[in-house]
Amino acid sequence: MTNPASSELMLRWRMLKDRLAQHMVAVGGIGVIVAIVLIAVYLVYVVLPMFEPATINKVASYALPASDTEPVYFSIEEQAEIGMLLDRNGKLVFFNTVDGTPVKEVRLAVPEGRTVTSLGRSDPTTGVLALGLSDGSALVFRHAYRISYPDDKRLITPVVEYPLGEKPIVVDPDGLPLLKLAIQLDEEQATLAAVTEAETLPIVHLAKEESLLEETVTWQSLYTHIPRPRDEVAFLLVGKLQRDLFVATDAGELSFYNISDWEEAPELLQKVSLVSQPATLTSLTFLAGDISLLAGASDGDIVQWFPVRDENGKRVLTRIRDFDDFKTPVNTIVQEQERKGFLATDRTGKVGLFHTTAHRTLLVESVSDKPILQAALAPRSNAMLLRDRDQIHFYKIHNEYPEVSWSSLWGKVWYESYPEPEYVWQSSSASNDFEPKLSLIPISFGTLKAAFYAMLIAMPLAIMGAIFTAHFMSPRLRQVVKPTIEIMEALPTVILGFLAGLWLAPFVENNLPGIFTLLIVMPFGLLFAAWSWHFLPAAVRHRIPDGWEAALLVPVIILLAYVSIEASPWLETSLFGGDIRVWLKQELGINYDQRNSIVVGLAMGFAVIPTIFSITEDAIFAVPSHLVRGSLALGATPWQTMMRVVLLTASPGIFSAVMIGLGRAVGETMIVLMATGNTPVMDFNIFEGMRTLSANIAVEMPESEVGSTHYRVLFLAALVLFAFTFMVNTLAEIVRQRLRKRYSNL
Amino acid sequence: MRQRTKEWYKSGAPWIWLNAGAVSISVLMVIGLIGLISARGLVYFWPSDVLEGHYRESNGQEIPVLGEIDTVEIIPASRARDSGYTIEGDSEVTRYLIKVGNRDIYGADFKLVMEPFLTEVTYPEDVLVVERREWGNFYGHLKSITENGNVIAEGAEAKKLLPARLARSVDLFHQVRSIQKHEIGAINFQLEKLRLKKRGLELKGVKDPSAYAALEEEAKSLEQKYKQLREKMTELIVQSRRDSIIVTTITGQEITLPLAKVVRVHYPNAMGLWQKIGFYFEKLWEFVSDEPREANTEGGIFPAIFGTVMMVLLMSVIVTPFGVVAAVYLREYAKQGLLIRLIRIAVNNLAGVPSIVYGVFGLGFFVYFLGGNIDTLFFPEAQPAPTFGTPGLLWASLTLAILTLPVVIVATEEGLARIPSSIREGSMALGATRAETLWRIVIPMASPAMMTGLILAVARAAGEVAPLMLVGVVKLAPSLPLDGNFPYLHMDRKFMHLGFHIYDVGFQSPNVEAARPLVYATSLLLIIVIVLLNLAAIYVRNHLREKYRALEN
Repeated sequence: MTNPASSELMLRWRMLKDRLAQHMVAVGGIGVIVAIVLIAVYLVYVVLPMFEPATINKVASYALPASDTEPVYFSIEEQAEIGMLLDRNGKLVFFNTVDGTPVKEVRLAVPEGRTVTSLGRSDPTTGVLALGLSDGSALVFRHAYRISYPDDKRLITPVVEYPLGEKPIVVDPDGLPLLKLAIQLDEEQATLAAVTEAETLPIVHLAKEESLLEETVTWQSLYTHIPRPRDEVAFLLVGKLQRDLFVATDAGELSFYNISDWEEAPELLQKVSLVSQPATLTSLTFLAGDISLLAGASDGDIVQWFPVRDENGKRVLTRIRDFDDFKTPVNTIVQEQERKGFLATDRTGKVGLFHTTAHRTLLVESVSDKPILQAALAPRSNAMLLRDRDQIHFYKIHNEYPEVSWSSLWGKVWYESYPEPEYVWQSSSASNDFEPKLSLIPISFGTLKAAFYAMLIAMPLAIMGAIFTAHFMSPRLRQVVKPTIEIMEALPTVILGFLAGLWLAPFVENNLPGIFTLLIVMPFGLLFAAWSWHFLPAAVRHRIPDGWEAALLVPVIILLAYVSIEASPWLETSLFGGDIRVWLKQELGINYDQRNSIVVGLAMGFAVIPTIFSITEDAIFAVPSHLVRGSLALGATPWQTMMRVVLLTASPGIFSAVMIGLGRAVGETMIVLMATGNTPVMDFNIFEGMRTLSANIAVEMPESEVGSTHYRVLFLAALVLFAFTFMVNTLAEIVRQRLRKRYSNL
Repeated sequence: MRQRTKEWYKSGAPWIWLNAGAVSISVLMVIGLIGLISARGLVYFWPSDVLEGHYRESNGQEIPVLGEIDTVEIIPASRARDSGYTIEGDSEVTRYLIKVGNRDIYGADFKLVMEPFLTEVTYPEDVLVVERREWGNFYGHLKSITENGNVIAEGAEAKKLLPARLARSVDLFHQVRSIQKHEIGAINFQLEKLRLKKRGLELKGVKDPSAYAALEEEAKSLEQKYKQLREKMTELIVQSRRDSIIVTTITGQEITLPLAKVVRVHYPNAMGLWQKIGFYFEKLWEFVSDEPREANTEGGIFPAIFGTVMMVLLMSVIVTPFGVVAAVYLREYAKQGLLIRLIRIAVNNLAGVPSIVYGVFGLGFFVYFLGGNIDTLFFPEAQPAPTFGTPGLLWASLTLAILTLPVVIVATEEGLARIPSSIREGSMALGATRAETLWRIVIPMASPAMMTGLILAVARAAGEVAPLMLVGVVKLAPSLPLDGNFPYLHMDRKFMHLGFHIYDVGFQSPNVEAARPLVYATSLLLIIVIVLLNLAAIYVRNHLREKYRALEN
């Protein structure tokens, strides 16, 4: 006999265990489901920051570090710790960006008795500036920063150098004051251009000459000039390759000169109006790389222009895109040094951050009630100095992914040096002058192209095969055939890819005529075999029961394949002059890649067949048999029953099979990685390859820097794949569930 | 006849035949594929005969050729004419790809040969094939054996002496490798641990010099041991350099091959069938048990097999409990409503999400997010070198566990659904609690379904490559993830994988042509493993069905 107290205890203990188990299972189950949801959430979490606008935080505002004169130019060094201002008299003041205390003052070597009349700026990454003087000469200097680590702490020391010597360079041989000045300087040569009172604009080219014996450097000058426009010149710019010269008037009339040939006179390439009338030009600067011009207008418009080659190969400045976020005149435009973005300010104290290629306005914010007179961006674009009439404002900028926008990912983008807007995927670039091109269209297109060819092969084979297997095949044969095809599904795709790339691709290339013959001959051959079978004596025919047709056809198929492939060299010689690839290229202008869409279609079709086959077969097999018997009893032939009754009933199942197959084809990685050349081309040519989203991720992900734009765009590609397959599969699943309900009603 | 044809057409029979053709094509494709891989993979180990002949090049030059026929092709004669051969009349030409080996001398392993220009083909019995540790195979004739540079035997005498001498050098090689891998490897591992310990002490701000001294002491003794081993190894290496063979190529060039660089030699043309079979299995065993050589293009694939197995095992340990708990929750505990239906659809669909997406998730979340945080929390002394913040075995297993989770959940749920509710009700009616019913009745009955799910998951994981490329697989891992150094299982290590091996050797290796047979052999092995796993799953499933059919009646 059990003790009632202990059994009571036992019961409680059991109940406790029961409840415990229930909670644990619930927690575990929900946890697992949450973990699965986490995948989508995490992908979104990585992708989302790309689409957030930029933000700025003010760090400090302070009075001008040197109050005696008017600054004309500001800049910031790499670490954004030290700022620099240049004033009208040729004094440089380096100051702490956080509190404005001067770190160092340098009086530039302006000769006695001359005054500074203008300022020329070289490419900002070089730090080279030039002061135009009242005697027609220019003083060229460079400001740079030395970093040292005394006591393990970073110390930044500003330095000023004179790359062309402390003696000013004569720009105008007539000695007139330089009212505007433009300069570019590199290791080997320099170009300066200026505006004076005279009727022509003087230009001087300087070439470096090193004397090996005396170890001295001299610069040889070569003078030329261009006519001065009728109106007053407002802006004068020389591109950093010292090839292009731009002269713009207040009204926005721009003259575009080619000055690359020093022996010849400058060649006027084009005259164009940069702004729409009646607005005037208020600001003009280069974009990083010095290919594009950014023109700010008095109506607040900022327009990007760059030269595009026309059909004669001539470079023609073309209006590319507008930013019209400002309503009052644009005051300053400052280019970013490493990206194709820029900062602009307007007359009401607003500041904006923009990116040209993405055509994106990242931020427009009012920072002062007075107009911003000068602005400077740190080289990493993570800080800026803004100066209004009496104060300097120092801001930190958070703007890490400006180059991504809906239009740059999914739209045609007009990239610099491209003849027209295009879809391009080119994620890595050699230098900052060429930006990464991140259009997802070519790789999405490649994905769909690969899936299309795969489905083209897989759908007929799988669906027709499933129809026969489910409905006409003898049960004994079916027991063997179905698992055989289903085993295919488990074949690692890396093996299919390897075979496709190393065996099938050369095979197809060598037997291309044979492959096409096979495609054409196969259905007719099969029909002919069937027809012949029908005319065989009944005694022979009756030896093989119904439902074994598939087995009968095996030798026929092998024979047809063998004959087609054997005939291939003969066909190639007699029809295509011995080499079909050459023939395609010459007669039809079609490129032939060894790893092309046919190979991908065959290999991926092979991978998709079992998926479609298996689900379709199930759907057809599950069609209630009384429907079939009823139809047959009413006198329909087996084929009529198939087409009008069975297929119709099972069509949702077939649809969902195709959808799931499509999902698999879209996401397949290894086959396309190995069986195509992985070039992101947009071409439906069956003889060329493609690059798909999945292969692209596999190729580029290991090399992308964590947290970079490229990394996040690849995550976006993964998210696109995820969303696409998830949607397709959900659709298929819903259709399938409906079908199941319908069957249970029948 | 026309009448009959018309009737035949009207009956729809042509369409049925076409459908039958589709099945036949699909089945033939499967059989053809497996047959192709088997044929090429199995042939790899077979010592095929080596032919000797005279060949006239397209420029008229006569050269002797010695090698194995690799592939035979028939090409249009015009293509041969394009490459400079004069061929009369024929529209087709047979072309051989002959493996001539001697990569160090000829520059390439293979030579394309047009059949009509290859004459005087013989199969001499004394052709020697030398399998070398570098530069691939050597084909030629044995001239003599030297010891410390002095010839000790020539011709037939040399042939007799060779096996013993080779065995000695191979034995020495294994000794050296064992010292290098196991003993020196262990010392390096311990030294690295000491370094990290020291760095950890520094980071903690420990100033006590005695703590450091103890570490120094230990390091010193290890260094001492290392020196001894090093000496021993050098001695062995010197010994192994004693013997060389002098061989002549078909063009008469004499080459000295140190036996230390030779794996094995054989005379294929002189071998009988049984000898060949013996050789075949010897090579087969080397393939599955040895390490790869020559940038993975020769030798064995043992580390890849081992890595795959380790990864799959770890994955199974993770995925089974979670998958089963989730399935039990969905089927037994959750209230069956719209939400659960939606979740079920979602879980089902996750099985169709491309595997590369899981790879991206694994890289971002596991490797960089989780791994990076683990490193800063637990392994500050190793910084900036990552410990877990880099792709490795643990993350690969976790990623694949998530990837295969839907498979296990779906299969388990199916198994649970098949159990008649009368059984559950019976158990409860007898007074068992729900948990007891679950634990004692339902789970045991559903265990074959779980097994099916697990087997399918393992089969999928073993063949999956794309996500692994992002989260932990490398082409050549310096050490296995399991070894004799504490804690024995190194989850942070990168590993090798059969599937990735196929991709890497087939597509990234510098000498694809020579490596191809090995890739076929690897593929065959992978296919066999996966097909067997799937057949096991099918068997278990069928068995299960039978069982319940009995139960329902």
